[in-house]
Amino acid sequence: MNITINGEAASIEPLSVQDYLIQLGIDPRRVAVELNREILPKGAYPGTALKEGDSLEIVHFVGGG
Amino acid sequence: MPENNDKLVIAGREFDSRLMVGTGKYADFPQMVAAIEASGAQIITVAVRRVNISDRNKESLLDHIDLKKYTLLPNTAGCYTADDAIRTCRLAREAGLSDFVKLEVLGDERTLFPNNEELLKAAAVLINEGFTVLPYTSDDPIVCRRLEDLGCAAVMPLGAPIGSGLGIRNPYNLRIILDTVKVPVIVDAGVGTASDAAIAMELGCHGVLMNTGIAGAQDPVAMALAMNLAVRAGRLAYRAGRIPMKLHANASSPLAGLIA
Repeated sequence: MNITINGEAASIEPLSVQDYLIQLGIDPRRVAVELNREILPKGAYPGTALKEGDSLEIVHFVGGG
Repeated sequence: MPENNDKLVIAGREFDSRLMVGTGKYADFPQMVAAIEASGAQIITVAVRRVNISDRNKESLLDHIDLKKYTLLPNTAGCYTADDAIRTCRLAREAGLSDFVKLEVLGDERTLFPNNEELLKAAAVLINEGFTVLPYTSDDPIVCRRLEDLGCAAVMPLGAPIGSGLGIRNPYNLRIILDTVKVPVIVDAGVGTASDAAIAMELGCHGVLMNTGIAGAQDPVAMALAMNLAVRAGRLAYRAGRIPMKLHANASSPLAGLIA
């Protein structure tokens, strides 16, 4: 199925947000996730299945002033 | 020590250091860590950005920061609308599990001056959502008062444009702001060298926030220590109460007992 992740199209197998993060090599504790413009609380990652057309934003902290 | 018990209090939280530093523009993480350590800062700013999905080999900033030791202050750098800044703050809270945010809403890319209309709009929404808002603002006493009235935990007027190193360009406005608001006044942006930081503190400002002034120096770790000392020296001088300026001389040695 097709989703948008950080503004780019991606084709993935159906899976949860938690599993998708792990597949991408991302530590779920170190990021924040928006699903379709709404904040997804960390506790909801395992129980939230990605659906066709979903839009994900995955952000983290970087150096800044 | 005269510095004892002179805490910076922001939203009920106490800090011994009055210097806040950024984490951007360093050559590498070890240099950043050494500079932060030398600065003595307890509050450090970070930016919120998309994770690079295609290249996951890069080290993460948080792998290098001891979160037991430092309070993270996520910023909304690069946001030009209230909506973008609000969205960034919500993500930052989720990523960092803290309500502290450095709110900046910029007006244009050339000056990086604040867009105060959007800033006020964003501050109102975020305060309503329980954020502790520290806004980067113009050195405008009226805007600072409005930010305080909205419930901001501090105001952070610029000393000069971000990254310019021009120093404290309008000390009189800072004094009026100090006279106008009761929340801490933290000079954010413009500091180029140690004396700039000392001047801000001697005016009575409660703290200084900087990034480029340290990270852009030829020896960032040495400059971080210089800023640490300057902020403390400036604060001590402010509390000690300086002598009035006089046009004419006033001898330090007694006139009595001169041999001739």
